[in-house]
Amino acid sequence: MNVQRGVELVVGLFVLAGIAALMVMALQWSNFGPSRVAGYEITARFDNVGGLSVQSPVKLAGLTIGRVDSIEIHPETFQAEVRMVIDDKYDNLPTDSFANIYTAGLLGAQYVEISPGGALESLEDGDRITMTQSAIILESVVSKFLFDKAKE
Amino acid sequence: MSDARTTSMIELDAVHFARGEQVIFDGVDMCFGRGEVTAVLGPSGTGKTTLLRLIGGQVRPASGQVLVDGIEVSRARRKALYALRRRMGVLFQNGALFTDLTVGENVAFPLRAHSRLDEALVRRIVLFKLEAVGLRSARDKYPAELSGGMARRAALARAMALDPEIMLYDEPFAGQDPVSMGVLLRLIRRLNDALGLTSIVVTHDVKEAMSIADQVIVIAGGRVIGQGTPEAVRAQRAQEPALAQFLDGAADGPLNAAEDEAPLSADLGLGDRQ
Amino acid sequence: MNAALNSIARLGRMVLDGAQHAGSMALFAIELAWVLIPTWSRPRDILQQVYAAGVLSLVIILVAGGFVGLVLGLQGYNILSNFNASESLGVMVALSLVRELGPVVAALLFAGRAGSAITAEIALMKTTEQLAALEMMAVDPMRRVIGPRFWGAMIAVPLLAAMFSLVGIIGGYLIGVVVLGVDQASYWGQIREQMEAWDDVGGGAIKSVAFGAVIALISVYEGYRAEPTASGMARATTQTVVLSSLAVLGLDFVMTAFMFGA
Repeated sequence: MNVQRGVELVVGLFVLAGIAALMVMALQWSNFGPSRVAGYEITARFDNVGGLSVQSPVKLAGLTIGRVDSIEIHPETFQAEVRMVIDDKYDNLPTDSFANIYTAGLLGAQYVEISPGGALESLEDGDRITMTQSAIILESVVSKFLFDKAKE
Repeated sequence: MSDARTTSMIELDAVHFARGEQVIFDGVDMCFGRGEVTAVLGPSGTGKTTLLRLIGGQVRPASGQVLVDGIEVSRARRKALYALRRRMGVLFQNGALFTDLTVGENVAFPLRAHSRLDEALVRRIVLFKLEAVGLRSARDKYPAELSGGMARRAALARAMALDPEIMLYDEPFAGQDPVSMGVLLRLIRRLNDALGLTSIVVTHDVKEAMSIADQVIVIAGGRVIGQGTPEAVRAQRAQEPALAQFLDGAADGPLNAAEDEAPLSADLGLGDRQ
Repeated sequence: MNAALNSIARLGRMVLDGAQHAGSMALFAIELAWVLIPTWSRPRDILQQVYAAGVLSLVIILVAGGFVGLVLGLQGYNILSNFNASESLGVMVALSLVRELGPVVAALLFAGRAGSAITAEIALMKTTEQLAALEMMAVDPMRRVIGPRFWGAMIAVPLLAAMFSLVGIIGGYLIGVVVLGVDQASYWGQIREQMEAWDDVGGGAIKSVAFGAVIALISVYEGYRAEPTASGMARATTQTVVLSSLAVLGLDFVMTAFMFGA
């Protein structure tokens, strides 16, 4: 009877562990719904976000300081409005900071790089970065280059 | 061979059974009397185990009938068959104890499978059954820890657990030392008489079987070559050379004649080839 | 001429034997299907088999998962750093494991560790007439022996595969982030960004459920139909491992083509 109880317990734990493994992968480690990062939110509008997606990193001087939380089309300007959650540790970003979309390596994933400005006030929850530069689309660069060459 | 017993418990009528090309039973009739110990004798490989499987409904004959207490096993539906099997106990050749259960749990197994008795009662029945075969002290041992004779007695206790009306023994004496053989012989006889069973003992040990059986059936070559009380069967040997050979254990005779059908030179490829 | 005919005949016989094997396995599967639900009337039997097949396979699965993750991390880092894309290490490791290696390798290990044991156990029970004894006690061995073992394997495989993938991803993290210095946030971030809960994790889980069913069926079938001799048992266990492995790999291709293919 005691052995049986031990077996029952171990099997119960085994089943729970298996389901937990599945759940961790499905709910925590995948893009199943927005997984909230603790921090404050700022937004920025871009003409083109390229391959930027939810969960892309937000970097400052190459270090990740936050995550992209959502990307939506702004109904009036038809720009892409990117909402980012920035770690509370970095609560002193100047209001005139600059947001660029860069690509890691030539073909790597895209991310938002924040270049700090010089203003004295800091960005607060819900603020918007007004100065942005869109993603560089490889095709347009190439075609522009070829077009310029042709003109010469 | 139609000594019509009105009280027969088990009857085989014109049973044909073949395994592939090999004919095991070629239209045999047998009856096993109620309350009697019947020994089925025959050389190895004559389908003695198959006979038990036919009676238990584990295999079905190609034609003919197998009747157990009036129920036609050979055509019974699964439910009827299972109901019938609960009234049978089988002692398999090597005991067939469940190796991952103790002796006591083995004996309790059929009780737990077929009844909702409470644990205390199951325990008591198990102790009674083990006491009957003289193994009460071995109830917490595993089958691997038992000697061959003890394993067979434990299996007997398990076969008896549900108080069957019919007991089938498959080669109970094979590989037993003389003492455990004597113990088994006495057990088979005593259980049969005390509980009013119908017992069938399938074996090739002539002397032992003759000593306890009420009726003897000798089969060879797919047919019955002798049937009756031990004395009657001994008396039939004059008419049936195969029976005489088997009972005497003679090396030469009709039973192994088939082996010599083709001359050795033919198998060696020496004969005149066409 | 004759030799050529003979080898054609042998091929024909192999095909026929294979077809017969498949046919009798299908019949067995139908017979088994009838008892799968009734088997749950004795949940303890199933629990015991989940223990024997699943819990006892845990060590080999976790260790193997860890090593596979370490190797994936190492190889992946070497390749990805050539393209300056080592941030993608996490997603490479995770997707390889969750979609393919988790279900497949866990299933193969399971077939070798537990499937063969199931076959051997059933075959031994048959050889020692324990199955016949059950039948004569009016207990259906299909329900009592075969059914619980089928369920045990079937339940264990997907759980083991999930744990295998999880441990593998952690292994990749250890080698990639802790040892080789890939950015921790990108390791997890890229996984989160690109691994789809439904398509990837769910797809992998569906695969491993299918593999579990196939291995469970083959294991119990080979045991139940084993020739009751020592060599018959040996052949049955070998057959279980060979057939299960081939079936898992073949089925994996078909399912991958359906789920992730174009």
